[in-house]
Amino acid sequence: MNPVRQALLWLNDPLNWTNPGGILDRIGEHVSISAAAVLLGCLVAWPLGLWLGHAGRGGGLVVLVSNLTLAVPTLALLTILPLTFLGFGRPAVVVALAVFAVPPLLANAYTGVRQVDPEIRDAARGMGMTGTQVLRRVELPLAVPYLAAGFRTAAVQVVATAALATFVNGGGLGEIIRLGFGLSIAVGGGQILAGGLLVAGLALSVELLFAFVERLVTPRQLRRARRGAGRRAVDAITGS
Amino acid sequence: MSFRLSYRADPGNPWFSWQYLRDNSDTVVAALRDHTTLTLRAVLIAALVAVPLAVLAYWYRPLTGPILALTGLLYTVPSLALFAFIAPYLGIGVATVLSVVVLYALLVIVRNTVAGLNQVPAEVREAAEGMGYGRWGRLLRVELPLALPGILTGLRLATVSTVALVTVGVVIGRGGLGQIIFAGFQNNFYKSQIMTGTLLCVLLALVLDLLLVGVGRLLTPWLRGRAG
Repeated sequence: MNPVRQALLWLNDPLNWTNPGGILDRIGEHVSISAAAVLLGCLVAWPLGLWLGHAGRGGGLVVLVSNLTLAVPTLALLTILPLTFLGFGRPAVVVALAVFAVPPLLANAYTGVRQVDPEIRDAARGMGMTGTQVLRRVELPLAVPYLAAGFRTAAVQVVATAALATFVNGGGLGEIIRLGFGLSIAVGGGQILAGGLLVAGLALSVELLFAFVERLVTPRQLRRARRGAGRRAVDAITGS
Repeated sequence: MSFRLSYRADPGNPWFSWQYLRDNSDTVVAALRDHTTLTLRAVLIAALVAVPLAVLAYWYRPLTGPILALTGLLYTVPSLALFAFIAPYLGIGVATVLSVVVLYALLVIVRNTVAGLNQVPAEVREAAEGMGYGRWGRLLRVELPLALPGILTGLRLATVSTVALVTVGVVIGRGGLGQIIFAGFQNNFYKSQIMTGTLLCVLLALVLDLLLVGVGRLLTPWLRGRAG
């Protein structure tokens, strides 16, 4: 039987959705792990990126962080962190995923503040604002579209990477794929393909959802001007 | 007593042990060789597909959008899902791992090559045309050489991310060094085994990256004065 038909059959079985450890459970785990990881990443990366951008320093650090995380395999981090003080279970998985959320968040926060027109900054200073006030009331609002772009990239990346949590028994949709591989291709082919479809579908929905959010928080006047700039900021991470 | 003496290192679970490396050098070296050849083959194939694609996108502007969008879409698909899509057709083997990593490397190389080609100054292009170069001559002798820095950036990024990505191949038992890492995890969380696999991965990425930087310097002698 061809794998696509098998996958449809598997997806069409209601018990595969509602059983304990079924699709609904796995989606819940996947989303909650990813959400926690992205939030943790934001807590670390945004203040740091905004501050570095405000101070105008640390551009090299931002590049270094993204290059380093590019070279470290996700699998390695997922297996190493549970052996540290974090212990086995959710916290270790969340921290490992958060590490991969940091580079896009950091780079976009940094670029977001750096791209603010120096004249606006001067005007704010001329009005008597202190450094913190400039950051909070001028630079931060203007950087919001960049923060949103970084958030979207990070969220998609984390949702994609969270599929690997299954290797350390971290749950999530990856579990379905791995169990399928455990059954061998002939028997589990449908389940493998179905799991792949679910993971890819979730990643694409997250991408679309946050692309919409990004558009919402970008003021209309900035939309067209920013499109090129936003892409540049994202490209700075992938390096392309 | 003799039992105790047989341990030179800490009998616990150290983060790194030479003992492990000595006792398992065969497995480790085999995994490293596996990982390296997989990476090199993947990057080579990806480059052979990506550079012509980029040239197509450069020659026929309307194709640029679709080509970049398609490769971008592939990049959004999680790696494990890509394994799941391909494995039922290509089976459990090197072909599956190779296809997955090639697809990921494609995007990076295509993007950087297109960017590199677009950076060729219009005056240079016109001068080449004025000297009587045809489309192919101009591409091979003027535009591609000038786009080399962009292509090399793409190759470097693709290589480094491929080294990391190959480890996901453990899902079908062909993960190169990922095999070592994962085995260490299942093997009572043997830290030195996990660490050895991880360090070798990072080192391999670093060495290949430096090699490509070296090749780049050899291929673009006209940039050397400026870069230094």
